[in-house]
Amino acid sequence: MKKIVLGLAAAGLGTMLAFGTANAAEEAHNAAEPTHFPIKEPAEVNWSFAGPFGHYDKQQLQRGLKIYKEVCSACHSMHLVAFRSLEELGYTEAQVKAFAAEYEVQDGPNAEGEMFTRKALPSDYFPSPFPNAQAAAAANNGAAPPDFSLIAKARAVERGFPRFVFDIATQYQEGGPDYIHALLTGYGETPPEGMQIPEGTHYNPHFISAKSLAMAQPLQDGQVTYDDGAPQTLSQYSQDIAAFLMWAAEPHLEERKKTGFRVMVFLVLFAGLVYVAKRRIWADVEH
Amino acid sequence: MSGGHSSYTPSTGIEKWIDARLPLPRLVYDSFVAYPVPRNLNYAYAFGGILAIMLVSQILTGVVLAMHYAADTGLAFNSVEKIMRDVNSGWLLRYLHSNGASMFFLAVYVHIFRGLYYGSYKAPRELLWILGVIILLLMMATAFMGYVLPWGQMSFWGATVITGFFTAFPIIGDPIQQLLLGGFAVDNPTLNRFFSLHYLLPFMIAGVVVLHVWALHVAGQTNPTGIEVKSKTDTVAFTPYATVKDAFGLVLFLILFAYFVFYLPNFMGHPDNYIQADSLKTPAHIVPEWYFLPFYAMLRAITFNIGPINSKLGGVLTMFGSIAILFVVPWLDTSKVRSAVYRPWYKLFFWLFIANAIMLGWLGSRPAEGLYTLFSQFGTAYYFGFFIVIMPLLGLIETPRRLPNSITEAVLAKTSGGQPAGVAAAPETRA
Repeated sequence: MKKIVLGLAAAGLGTMLAFGTANAAEEAHNAAEPTHFPIKEPAEVNWSFAGPFGHYDKQQLQRGLKIYKEVCSACHSMHLVAFRSLEELGYTEAQVKAFAAEYEVQDGPNAEGEMFTRKALPSDYFPSPFPNAQAAAAANNGAAPPDFSLIAKARAVERGFPRFVFDIATQYQEGGPDYIHALLTGYGETPPEGMQIPEGTHYNPHFISAKSLAMAQPLQDGQVTYDDGAPQTLSQYSQDIAAFLMWAAEPHLEERKKTGFRVMVFLVLFAGLVYVAKRRIWADVEH
Repeated sequence: MSGGHSSYTPSTGIEKWIDARLPLPRLVYDSFVAYPVPRNLNYAYAFGGILAIMLVSQILTGVVLAMHYAADTGLAFNSVEKIMRDVNSGWLLRYLHSNGASMFFLAVYVHIFRGLYYGSYKAPRELLWILGVIILLLMMATAFMGYVLPWGQMSFWGATVITGFFTAFPIIGDPIQQLLLGGFAVDNPTLNRFFSLHYLLPFMIAGVVVLHVWALHVAGQTNPTGIEVKSKTDTVAFTPYATVKDAFGLVLFLILFAYFVFYLPNFMGHPDNYIQADSLKTPAHIVPEWYFLPFYAMLRAITFNIGPINSKLGGVLTMFGSIAILFVVPWLDTSKVRSAVYRPWYKLFFWLFIANAIMLGWLGSRPAEGLYTLFSQFGTAYYFGFFIVIMPLLGLIETPRRLPNSITEAVLAKTSGGQPAGVAAAPETRA
């Protein structure tokens, strides 16, 4: 029976690999007019939050927040993230209060029935740059910039067979930040000969759903000043903002992995005990 | 409960008092302590118990999640995010619930395949099997509606596609679809009724599970040899023997479950479901959850018209038929031998069936084009061929291997390494 199963597995594997190569050949054929996106797969970055003991690098998250505030937030909202949660980035309560106070939010109506603006409190959420999706689209060539609260979990390039199987063993869950990093560093390449780039869009072979996108390259070397000595390069910026967005999308990641380790240790020990009990109980019964 | 009279003897005064009025302790004792099970059950038989635990786990996490969820198209997505961010251990509850659904299906598929391998559906267990298929159908309905609740892009578009199936039926199709949706498109009424039904169906599942276990305890468990229990030496008491073995199987299963919940919580999900539903933006590929993929592949495999049946209706009939055919499996199998262990050809076709089901699952996740469609068609043909052609024919032409006379004989022959029954292994090899 084992032989049969192995044989079947091999046959199945062969078929799927054949599919894979056939597709790759088809892709290469259409270099100028590709039909599957992204054109280039994202590179895998070595993230601090990957793996069973992964944790966020607070310095990195703070740098990412700076990039979001100074660059991204001009167009991208992040309406599910509250200022109070920034304490998780290593800021004190007072710092968070001061940070929130730099923003204005609408409140009301007051006793006179008027809406008014006031300084944001830690309990407020990041205000959105546009009053609504229509305004956002109108100001951006018809494409509303997506909200950033969950973007790191809402984007991932398909891994394909057989990689998605190995991903179970390697615990690969960083498709989102890998994609963000790839997209931000993927500008500036010349499109292949014969490729038509629609006007008002920008070629990026890492973009997930087309050959070009409405957003121009948002980050360049030296654009944001870091005060912790980290290199002020596009590559560093891209990693920092991607890590920050991962935190924004999955704030309880560290807690999850820490709890997970305890649960796993308990379950493995418990399994051992139950197994010993099972052996003892069944010792006198041939089965 | 299985035929024999009860061996429960109440020892204390309170037990006697209760037993004379409502013999619930007697029922529990007879069903889960003294209940005889074949001594040769392997770990494939642990999945029934695992499924019971998964059902309880889904209901418990679900009830708490429902306390924080808002079934309204304007609120649903953000209320789920509120659970993930602000509710105490909300992330854990939600990941347990969403990955729990996947684990539930993983376990139910193993459970069904075990039934197919050991011929568990054969007389006198036809009703037991049919009740199981009803549970599978209820599970599918529950899982589908549950996936709509977070109101992400795949929730919305999955609901649109799946309720759209019903429009394939002439005359009755459109009214059925409108009844399901509560309107002409997926919207607030849809979300509200799906939430209501998603809360109701698990309790219906629990009800059918009671019948399923009842039917099981009347006929008794099958076992890897497929031979009925003949004497007392063939069985052991459910407690402690089966209880501890099931417990070990369960803990191993929980390790797998926990691994996904804590380390790969979004592995089984689709990234698009972290984007709020937008009726104006269709995702590039609408794919259902992994456990529906083989059926989705069969739906899309029908790309041609068959007489008056157009390809759309044909696909829908094929998909519904792939489940419906399970109801008649007990009568499609003509073999007198129950277990695949003694059926060399059935065993081969069975493993091909598993490989085919996995292949269909993978094809279901691919776009419906070119080679993928062709292979889906082969896969669909084999899926139905296995039940309609292979099962009836094989029973008539296959020569099964010699069956042991009893479970005890089979067990002793195995443990003594093929020596005559009763001869113990050499003393020096024993500890």
